[in-house]
Amino acid sequence: MAAEPLPEVAAVYWRPRVDARRLARRERWWTAYSLAHVGPFLGIAALLMALQPLAFPLAAICVAHAVLIPRLYAQRGANVVRPKEAAGEAAEERALGLLGDLVGHAARELHARTGLVLERGALGVWLVGTAGAILVRPGGRRADCWCVRVADPQLPSGDRIAHLLLALRADEAGFATVANLAFSGSVRRVRRRVPAAMRPALVAARAAA
Amino acid sequence: MDQTGHTTLAEWTADDAAAVERAVAEFRAQLELGYYGMVSTGEGHAEQVRELPVDAELVIMRLPISGG
Repeated sequence: MAAEPLPEVAAVYWRPRVDARRLARRERWWTAYSLAHVGPFLGIAALLMALQPLAFPLAAICVAHAVLIPRLYAQRGANVVRPKEAAGEAAEERALGLLGDLVGHAARELHARTGLVLERGALGVWLVGTAGAILVRPGGRRADCWCVRVADPQLPSGDRIAHLLLALRADEAGFATVANLAFSGSVRRVRRRVPAAMRPALVAARAAA
Repeated sequence: MDQTGHTTLAEWTADDAAAVERAVAEFRAQLELGYYGMVSTGEGHAEQVRELPVDAELVIMRLPISGG
Protein backbone atom coordinates (compact mmCIF):
# COMPACT_ATOMS: atom_id res chain seq x y z
CA MET A 1 0.00 0.00 0.00
CA ALA A 2 2.85 2.39 0.84
CA ALA A 3 5.05 4.14 -1.68
CA GLU A 4 7.12 5.60 1.16
CA PRO A 5 6.66 5.59 4.94
CA LEU A 6 4.70 8.35 6.61
CA PRO A 7 7.09 11.08 7.74
CA GLU A 8 5.38 11.04 11.14
CA VAL A 9 6.85 7.59 11.79
CA ALA A 10 10.20 9.30 12.42
CA ALA A 11 8.70 10.91 15.52
CA VAL A 12 8.12 7.44 17.04
CA TYR A 13 11.43 5.93 15.95
CA TRP A 14 11.51 3.59 18.96
CA ARG A 15 8.39 1.75 17.85
CA PRO A 16 8.81 -1.23 15.53
CA ARG A 17 6.86 -0.72 12.35
CA VAL A 18 3.48 -2.45 12.60
CA ASP A 19 2.86 -5.39 10.31
CA ALA A 20 0.34 -8.23 10.42
CA ARG A 21 2.64 -10.47 12.47
CA ARG A 22 3.51 -7.79 15.04
CA LEU A 23 -0.11 -6.74 15.31
CA ALA A 24 -1.22 -10.33 15.94
CA ARG A 25 1.41 -10.56 18.69
CA ARG A 26 0.15 -7.35 20.30
CA GLU A 27 -3.37 -8.70 20.15
CA ARG A 28 -2.32 -11.89 21.94
CA TRP A 29 -0.58 -9.72 24.52
CA TRP A 30 -3.80 -7.76 25.04
CA THR A 31 -5.75 -10.98 25.57
CA ALA A 32 -3.17 -12.21 28.08
CA TYR A 33 -3.18 -8.81 29.81
CA SER A 34 -6.97 -8.92 30.16
CA LEU A 35 -6.87 -12.45 31.52
CA ALA A 36 -4.17 -11.40 33.97
CA HIS A 37 -6.56 -8.79 35.32
CA VAL A 38 -9.57 -11.07 35.51
CA GLY A 39 -8.04 -14.36 36.59
CA PRO A 40 -6.51 -13.37 39.95
CA PHE A 41 -9.64 -11.55 41.11
CA LEU A 42 -11.85 -14.51 40.23
CA GLY A 43 -9.36 -16.86 41.86
CA ILE A 44 -9.30 -14.85 45.07
CA ALA A 45 -13.11 -14.69 45.08
CA ALA A 46 -13.31 -18.46 44.71
CA LEU A 47 -10.69 -18.99 47.41
CA LEU A 48 -12.48 -16.67 49.83
CA MET A 49 -15.76 -18.46 49.32
CA ALA A 50 -14.07 -21.84 49.77
CA LEU A 51 -12.33 -20.78 52.98
CA GLN A 52 -15.10 -18.74 54.53
CA PRO A 53 -18.55 -18.28 52.96
CA LEU A 54 -19.13 -15.32 55.28
CA ALA A 55 -16.46 -13.49 53.24
CA PHE A 56 -19.06 -13.24 50.49
CA PRO A 57 -18.97 -9.39 50.40
CA LEU A 58 -15.21 -9.43 49.82
CA ALA A 59 -15.59 -12.12 47.16
CA ALA A 60 -18.28 -10.02 45.49
CA ILE A 61 -15.92 -7.03 45.39
CA CYS A 62 -13.28 -9.22 43.73
CA VAL A 63 -15.78 -10.41 41.13
CA ALA A 64 -16.86 -6.82 40.52
CA HIS A 65 -13.22 -5.90 39.87
CA ALA A 66 -12.88 -8.82 37.47
CA VAL A 67 -15.91 -7.61 35.55
CA LEU A 68 -15.29 -3.88 35.70
CA ILE A 69 -11.64 -3.67 34.67
CA PRO A 70 -12.12 -5.29 31.23
CA ARG A 71 -15.21 -3.14 30.75
CA LEU A 72 -13.20 0.01 31.43
CA TYR A 73 -10.60 -1.06 28.87
CA ALA A 74 -13.32 -1.73 26.29
CA GLN A 75 -14.82 1.67 27.06
CA ARG A 76 -11.44 3.27 26.51
CA GLY A 77 -11.35 1.57 23.12
CA ALA A 78 -14.80 2.76 22.18
CA ASN A 79 -13.92 6.30 23.22
CA VAL A 80 -11.41 6.66 20.38
CA VAL A 81 -14.25 7.31 17.95
CA ARG A 82 -16.40 9.39 20.27
CA PRO A 83 -17.35 12.54 18.32
CA LYS A 84 -15.43 15.69 19.18
CA GLU A 85 -16.78 19.21 19.29
CA ALA A 86 -17.95 20.38 15.87
CA ALA A 87 -16.70 23.53 14.14
CA GLY A 88 -19.08 26.08 12.61
CA GLU A 89 -21.84 24.78 10.37
CA ALA A 90 -20.44 26.33 7.19
CA ALA A 91 -16.95 24.91 7.80
CA GLU A 92 -18.39 21.48 8.59
CA GLU A 93 -20.40 21.46 5.37
CA ARG A 94 -17.43 22.58 3.32
CA ALA A 95 -15.21 19.93 4.90
CA LEU A 96 -17.83 17.26 4.27
CA GLY A 97 -17.81 18.19 0.60
CA LEU A 98 -14.10 17.45 0.32
CA LEU A 99 -14.36 14.28 2.39
CA GLY A 100 -17.22 13.15 0.17
CA ASP A 101 -14.96 13.54 -2.86
CA LEU A 102 -12.37 11.25 -1.27
CA VAL A 103 -14.66 8.30 -0.58
CA GLY A 104 -17.15 6.25 -2.55
CA HIS A 105 -20.90 6.42 -2.33
CA ALA A 106 -21.29 3.61 0.22
CA ALA A 107 -18.66 5.10 2.57
CA ARG A 108 -20.23 8.55 2.16
CA GLU A 109 -23.64 7.20 3.06
CA LEU A 110 -22.25 5.30 6.06
CA HIS A 111 -20.43 8.41 7.26
CA ALA A 112 -23.64 10.46 7.01
CA ARG A 113 -25.39 7.91 9.26
CA THR A 114 -22.62 7.11 11.70
CA GLY A 115 -19.88 9.76 11.52
CA LEU A 116 -17.30 7.11 10.64
CA VAL A 117 -15.61 6.41 7.31
CA LEU A 118 -15.10 2.77 6.34
CA GLU A 119 -11.81 2.08 4.60
CA ARG A 120 -10.47 -1.32 3.55
CA GLY A 121 -6.80 -1.95 4.23
CA ALA A 122 -4.30 -4.78 4.27
CA LEU A 123 -4.60 -5.19 8.07
CA GLY A 124 -8.40 -5.24 8.05
CA VAL A 125 -11.28 -2.83 7.71
CA TRP A 126 -10.82 0.59 9.28
CA LEU A 127 -13.46 2.88 10.69
CA VAL A 128 -11.95 6.34 10.80
CA GLY A 129 -13.36 8.94 13.17
CA THR A 130 -12.32 12.45 14.09
CA ALA A 131 -9.71 11.49 16.68
CA GLY A 132 -9.18 7.80 16.29
CA ALA A 133 -9.89 4.70 14.29
CA ILE A 134 -11.14 1.18 14.87
CA LEU A 135 -9.54 -1.61 12.89
CA VAL A 136 -11.78 -4.64 12.47
CA ARG A 137 -9.47 -7.52 11.74
CA PRO A 138 -10.06 -10.12 9.04
CA GLY A 139 -12.81 -12.47 10.16
CA GLY A 140 -14.64 -9.64 11.89
CA ARG A 141 -14.19 -10.87 15.45
CA ARG A 142 -11.46 -8.66 16.84
CA ALA A 143 -11.27 -4.87 16.93
CA ASP A 144 -8.16 -2.80 17.56
CA CYS A 145 -8.91 0.74 18.71
CA TRP A 146 -6.34 3.41 17.89
CA CYS A 147 -5.98 6.94 19.22
CA VAL A 148 -4.70 9.12 16.42
CA ARG A 149 -5.38 12.74 15.63
CA VAL A 150 -4.45 15.74 13.58
CA ALA A 151 -2.43 18.48 15.23
CA ASP A 152 -5.12 21.17 14.79
CA PRO A 153 -8.13 20.60 17.12
CA GLN A 154 -10.05 23.50 15.54
CA LEU A 155 -10.54 21.69 12.25
CA PRO A 156 -14.03 20.68 11.19
CA SER A 157 -14.75 17.01 11.80
CA GLY A 158 -14.83 16.17 8.08
CA ASP A 159 -11.35 17.61 7.65
CA ARG A 160 -9.98 15.75 10.66
CA ILE A 161 -11.24 12.51 9.16
CA ALA A 162 -9.87 13.43 5.73
CA HIS A 163 -6.39 14.11 7.16
CA LEU A 164 -6.39 10.72 8.89
CA LEU A 165 -7.81 8.97 5.84
CA LEU A 166 -5.11 10.35 3.54
CA ALA A 167 -2.39 9.30 5.96
CA LEU A 168 -3.95 5.83 6.25
CA ARG A 169 -4.15 5.48 2.50
CA ALA A 170 -0.56 6.61 2.01
CA ASP A 171 0.94 4.18 4.53
CA GLU A 172 -1.36 1.89 6.51
CA ALA A 173 1.43 0.28 8.53
CA GLY A 174 2.93 3.69 9.27
CA PHE A 175 -0.47 4.95 10.35
CA ALA A 176 -0.80 2.06 12.81
CA THR A 177 2.76 2.68 14.02
CA VAL A 178 2.11 6.35 14.76
CA ALA A 179 -1.27 5.72 16.40
CA ASN A 180 -1.58 4.55 20.00
CA LEU A 181 -3.33 1.25 20.53
CA ALA A 182 -5.95 1.96 23.19
CA PHE A 183 -7.67 -1.41 23.20
CA SER A 184 -7.73 -4.73 21.42
CA GLY A 185 -10.52 -7.21 21.93
CA SER A 186 -13.83 -8.51 20.75
CA VAL A 187 -15.75 -6.36 18.26
CA ARG A 188 -18.90 -7.04 20.28
CA ARG A 189 -17.35 -5.47 23.39
CA VAL A 190 -16.51 -2.31 21.46
CA ARG A 191 -19.83 -2.24 19.64
CA ARG A 192 -21.78 -2.21 22.88
CA ARG A 193 -19.86 0.85 24.07
CA VAL A 194 -19.73 3.14 21.04
CA PRO A 195 -22.53 5.69 20.67
CA ALA A 196 -25.66 4.00 19.31
CA ALA A 197 -25.52 5.96 16.05
CA MET A 198 -22.07 4.50 15.30
CA ARG A 199 -23.00 0.85 15.79
CA PRO A 200 -24.13 0.29 12.18
CA ALA A 201 -20.59 1.21 11.10
CA LEU A 202 -19.17 -1.62 13.20
CA VAL A 203 -21.75 -3.99 11.74
CA ALA A 204 -20.71 -2.90 8.25
CA ALA A 205 -17.02 -3.25 9.06
CA ARG A 206 -17.55 -6.76 10.46
CA ALA A 207 -19.39 -7.73 7.32
CA ALA A 208 -16.61 -6.31 5.16
CA ALA A 209 -13.71 -7.77 7.18
CA MET B 1 -7.75 21.57 4.60
CA ASP B 2 -8.10 24.19 7.27
CA GLN B 3 -10.50 25.60 9.83
CA THR B 4 -12.87 26.91 7.14
CA GLY B 5 -13.38 23.42 5.74
CA HIS B 6 -10.84 23.87 3.01
CA THR B 7 -9.28 26.64 0.96
CA THR B 8 -8.28 26.51 -2.69
CA LEU B 9 -4.63 27.59 -2.65
CA ALA B 10 -3.91 27.48 -6.36
CA GLU B 11 -5.42 26.37 -9.64
CA TRP B 12 -3.38 25.61 -12.70
CA THR B 13 -3.26 23.83 -16.00
CA ALA B 14 -0.12 22.18 -17.27
CA ASP B 15 0.07 24.50 -20.29
CA ASP B 16 -0.19 27.72 -18.23
CA ALA B 17 3.40 28.32 -17.11
CA ALA B 18 2.59 31.34 -14.93
CA ALA B 19 -0.19 29.48 -13.10
CA VAL B 20 2.07 26.46 -12.61
CA GLU B 21 4.78 28.70 -11.19
CA ARG B 22 2.34 30.26 -8.72
CA ALA B 23 1.05 26.81 -7.75
CA VAL B 24 4.58 25.49 -7.22
CA ALA B 25 5.42 28.49 -5.03
CA GLU B 26 2.25 28.00 -3.00
CA PHE B 27 2.92 24.28 -2.68
CA ARG B 28 6.42 24.93 -1.35
CA ALA B 29 5.10 27.58 1.05
CA GLN B 30 2.66 25.03 2.46
CA LEU B 31 5.44 22.48 2.88
CA GLU B 32 7.36 25.12 4.83
CA LEU B 33 4.32 25.51 7.09
CA GLY B 34 4.45 21.81 7.92
CA TYR B 35 1.84 20.44 5.54
CA TYR B 36 2.36 17.36 3.39
CA GLY B 37 1.24 17.20 -0.22
CA MET B 38 -1.03 14.26 -1.00
CA VAL B 39 -2.30 12.91 -4.28
CA SER B 40 -4.92 10.20 -4.68
CA THR B 41 -3.54 7.32 -6.70
CA GLY B 42 -6.69 5.26 -7.13
CA GLU B 43 -9.44 4.02 -4.88
CA GLY B 44 -8.16 3.65 -1.34
CA HIS B 45 -4.65 4.77 -2.21
CA ALA B 46 -2.79 8.04 -1.76
CA GLU B 47 0.78 9.09 -2.13
CA GLN B 48 2.83 11.82 -0.55
CA VAL B 49 4.50 14.15 -3.03
CA ARG B 50 7.47 16.41 -2.36
CA GLU B 51 7.13 18.41 -5.57
CA LEU B 52 3.90 19.62 -7.13
CA PRO B 53 2.77 17.04 -9.68
CA VAL B 54 1.69 19.41 -12.44
CA ASP B 55 -0.48 16.82 -14.15
CA ALA B 56 -2.39 15.90 -10.97
CA GLU B 57 -6.07 16.75 -10.91
CA LEU B 58 -6.03 17.53 -7.17
CA VAL B 59 -3.29 17.94 -4.61
CA ILE B 60 -4.44 18.06 -0.98
CA MET B 61 -2.28 19.50 1.76
CA ARG B 62 -2.62 17.55 4.98
CA LEU B 63 -1.34 18.18 8.48
CA PRO B 64 0.84 15.71 10.39
CA ILE B 65 -0.90 13.14 12.55
CA SER B 66 0.13 11.83 15.94
CA GLY B 67 -0.99 9.28 18.50
CA GLY B 68 -3.71 10.67 20.77
